[in-house]
Amino acid sequence: MLTEQREKIKEIITESQVYKSIFRRGFEDTTKNRVLAIFGNVFLHLHPPYVKRHALKFTHSWCMGGITFLLFLVLCFTGVFLCFYYHPDKINAYRDMKYFEYDVPFGVVLRNMHRWAAHLMVITVWLHMTRVFMTGSYKPPREFNWVVGVLLLVLTLLLSFTGYLLTDDQLGFWAVTVGTNMARATPLLGHEGPFGEQLGVTAYNDIRFALLGGSVVGGNALLRAYVWHCVAMPVTAILFLAVHFWRTRKDGGTAGPL
Amino acid sequence: METNTAKVDEKAAVVEAGPLKKEIGLGIGGRRSFLLKLGWAGFALFLSAWMVSFMRLFFPRCLFEPPMTFKAGYPWEYTVGVVSTRFQKEYRVWIVREGEGFYALFGQCTHLGCTPVWWEGENKFKCPCHGSGFTKEGINYEGPAPRPLERVKVTLAADGQLLVDKSIRFRQERGEWEKQGAFLKV
Repeated sequence: MLTEQREKIKEIITESQVYKSIFRRGFEDTTKNRVLAIFGNVFLHLHPPYVKRHALKFTHSWCMGGITFLLFLVLCFTGVFLCFYYHPDKINAYRDMKYFEYDVPFGVVLRNMHRWAAHLMVITVWLHMTRVFMTGSYKPPREFNWVVGVLLLVLTLLLSFTGYLLTDDQLGFWAVTVGTNMARATPLLGHEGPFGEQLGVTAYNDIRFALLGGSVVGGNALLRAYVWHCVAMPVTAILFLAVHFWRTRKDGGTAGPL
Repeated sequence: METNTAKVDEKAAVVEAGPLKKEIGLGIGGRRSFLLKLGWAGFALFLSAWMVSFMRLFFPRCLFEPPMTFKAGYPWEYTVGVVSTRFQKEYRVWIVREGEGFYALFGQCTHLGCTPVWWEGENKFKCPCHGSGFTKEGINYEGPAPRPLERVKVTLAADGQLLVDKSIRFRQERGEWEKQGAFLKV
């Protein structure tokens, strides 16, 4: 009797127009359904419907790319929550960080999740790169995906670097002072770089000036770091991540033809 | 299979297009193709101008930064042989009184731009970032700094106070420390 009722409720739900409009296939554990589960999902379709058996072994990839992506998701998630309290200006930035540490409910957990995930992501992305290098997975036909991976590595490091300034403490301030001063020495574009002086490049029109929005690490620099860190770079990273996963499938290898 | 047909089609298209052009007598300078190219060129020009404007946007015109000139008190407020850190925090400048006069050092390490610390006991400027060391005169002698500290212009204002202008710098390796303004004789 109970089973009958349960079956009936299940039928009402699964036969409803709302349910059918979202899930367009049945539950039967068939090969076709499994393939459709991957193909029919906008996120999962980047992945291959089949993988080689040996590719599932942990030691095949050490799961470093996957862990890096997981950390990226954690960073996006915690980052959005940090944005609810943080003000990117010289008066509030450091205070807001203290506010997270001592007052915001669960703020200390949130901030440290973001911080530790950022540190870990830099580590795992290097390990992923090392693994790809050691297994020769950068070789044709996958050389383009290696290049995309290098861009993602650079983006990861730049995200770390721009996030460094946002705490507006001594450590971040001087790290960004040092980092942007390297830009002074850029050829042609930096005022202390080769040919810079001859081209009339000064501390007020060089590449460092454009990065900082001024000649010193001040309020403009903080706001610029914030926008790069929270909008421009994550969006760019997501685009390249999609290409990276898609090419993993298209180029073969782990996900190659069976 | 598919790629093969595509190749064939391409060839066919080339073959068709060849004689057609000759018939009408339109080469590269044909009216339609010229207008098409003009259209695309205009579009490209517009887009690049737009991009340039976005690049320009990164360079603000008006800055809200500390002033480059400041008055640094009267000469008798300074002790001979002592490095004054009085204006370090606000203006990033050290003023040194020697027997014959004054010079002002800009407090920015020539390696990567941190502010060194003046250690009276050790008689040197030491950068906390990467360990560069400078003598009291500003000469680099240890660590990664590639050149001496820069001096800034120091003159006497009409009211008799020292007037420091940070926008004018003097670099020792270019012999600029001998220039007027790099050293104030009193």
